[in-house]
Amino acid sequence: MSAVITASGLSKRYKSALALDDVSFRIAPGRIVGLIGPNGAGKTTALKAILGLTDFTGELNVLGFDPRKQRDQLMGEVCFIADVAVLPRWIRVRQAVDFVAHVHPRFDRAKCEAFLARTKLMPNQRVRQMSKGMIVQLHLALVMAIDARLLILDEPTLGLDILYRKQFYHSLLEDYFDENKTIIVTTHQVEEVEHILTDLMFIRDGKIVLDADMDAVGERFTEVMVNADRADAARALQPLDERQVFGKSIFLFDGVGRAQLEALGELRRPSVSDLFVATMKGTYA
Amino acid sequence: MNMKTFYWLIKREFWENRGSFLWAPVITGGVFLLLNIMGIITAEVLGARHGIQIGAGGDLQHVIAQMDAGDTSKVSLTLDIAMYSAMGLLSVVLGIVVFFYCLGALYDDRRDRSILFWKSLPVSDASTVLSKVVSATLLAPVIAVVAGIAVGMLQLLIVATTLSFHGVNMWQLLILAHPFHVMFNLLGYIPLYFLWALPAVGWLLLCSAWARNKPILWAVALPVATGLLVSWFGLMGLFDLPTTWFWRNIVQRGLFSVFPGTGSVFGHQGHIAVIGHSGMDFMDLGNTYQLLASTNLWVGVVVGLGLLAGAIWFRRWRDDS
Repeated sequence: MSAVITASGLSKRYKSALALDDVSFRIAPGRIVGLIGPNGAGKTTALKAILGLTDFTGELNVLGFDPRKQRDQLMGEVCFIADVAVLPRWIRVRQAVDFVAHVHPRFDRAKCEAFLARTKLMPNQRVRQMSKGMIVQLHLALVMAIDARLLILDEPTLGLDILYRKQFYHSLLEDYFDENKTIIVTTHQVEEVEHILTDLMFIRDGKIVLDADMDAVGERFTEVMVNADRADAARALQPLDERQVFGKSIFLFDGVGRAQLEALGELRRPSVSDLFVATMKGTYA
Repeated sequence: MNMKTFYWLIKREFWENRGSFLWAPVITGGVFLLLNIMGIITAEVLGARHGIQIGAGGDLQHVIAQMDAGDTSKVSLTLDIAMYSAMGLLSVVLGIVVFFYCLGALYDDRRDRSILFWKSLPVSDASTVLSKVVSATLLAPVIAVVAGIAVGMLQLLIVATTLSFHGVNMWQLLILAHPFHVMFNLLGYIPLYFLWALPAVGWLLLCSAWARNKPILWAVALPVATGLLVSWFGLMGLFDLPTTWFWRNIVQRGLFSVFPGTGSVFGHQGHIAVIGHSGMDFMDLGNTYQLLASTNLWVGVVVGLGLLAGAIWFRRWRDDS
């Protein structure tokens, strides 16, 4: 199947800094891609480029459209939740549903109302009377009722409590995602998305520093718990990272054979957050 | 452009601006009527206390019966003015509403970041901007005129009722008024308002789409500062034009054309030939539409369209940052 997004040589310069530096990647359909990076790494810029919200240099093809020139057609196939609480504060639940129902050709009103029925939202309630969590519930209900091929989520759960966050990703997986859809998500709460991702992309200083599917990540990266006496042997294998826990050293290796590492100590699969911290070392220094 | 989408875009504008589009004229009209009633009551009370009887004993009725053609036209003029006067007040309110609506229309959603929601829908930026133009130049004026007509009719009834207490036949009075004629003139003025207001609407929307902060400051300060420079250095002399030309045709036209009636006051090069005898006849469409012959109007339309194209461009590329 052809790619949902193909980017090659994508660059974007703001006045002071290079937000995207000659980035190339390809995203296949039916994937859930986590775009992870520290603040100011270029995540939002990349998403804005994909959504045609910002200009850039290089080649970018999203669902067969050029986001710079064919944004109106593109938005018929793409949905996005950019940050929490971007719904207009004056709008009522009923008005939001009415408006999207009449403006978006792929909107399924019955589906949206079924989602809303599971929440405490009232048709006449205004966004300004809602908590952040409720606003996201409304936004999610609107977006999930749209049969879009690509869904982009930029920090969709920032500032929500754990109940809303769990519910958010649960609904997304259970009621929305299927093999014809693609989701790109950026977030800082890596632990919460790591088990739903199929692909991982790390971005740092405008460059993609890791682009792999989760299986490959599991094969490539290994964590080893090493006793102090073998630490020097482990260091000789050029670990990505080393940290101390309870008198033992934990080493993170990239692409070192399992047999070789098993000799050093107990092997573990690294969590995405550990991987992230190791990869981004020195970002803010 | 998809008409259904456009209809819902307009509806969206109405939802968001119900307060200024609907309630501002309705409340202004209500206050206007209340003040009138209070004025009439005061006059009646004072009149009664001082023993002044207006048209007591059917005198006034008698007077009306005795009036000749000239006198009846004066009475009908008074009644028509009573109707127009309500609209006069509402026009000022409408001008203020449209001015601030245009300044905020493409700025407020960038400031509160809801632009990211609107831009997630398959709606072109041109449709968005045009829906704001139509809301400012047609929707808001239609609501204001309908409110103005309702208030005018009530005003007419109040005046007629008051006079009927003094023995005047109310129906005879109402026949002397021309409510439908007045309505026709007011509604008919809206397309002319649209054309005349276009450069100001374009300028304000452009500032609204372009400014990263405080669009009102840019919208007002830019032309005024330019005007001061022009005056200071006498630049208009280069074009053999007086300095007032700039103030009148750029500053005033670009900012205040959203006030209804400014076209009829300032838009004509020469004098208009008012057809009709006197009084409020200048409000007849045959007279007001002589503005179509003015180059000022059409130059403004062309400039306004250019400014709107700029507003659409900025709407496309400006985001929430």
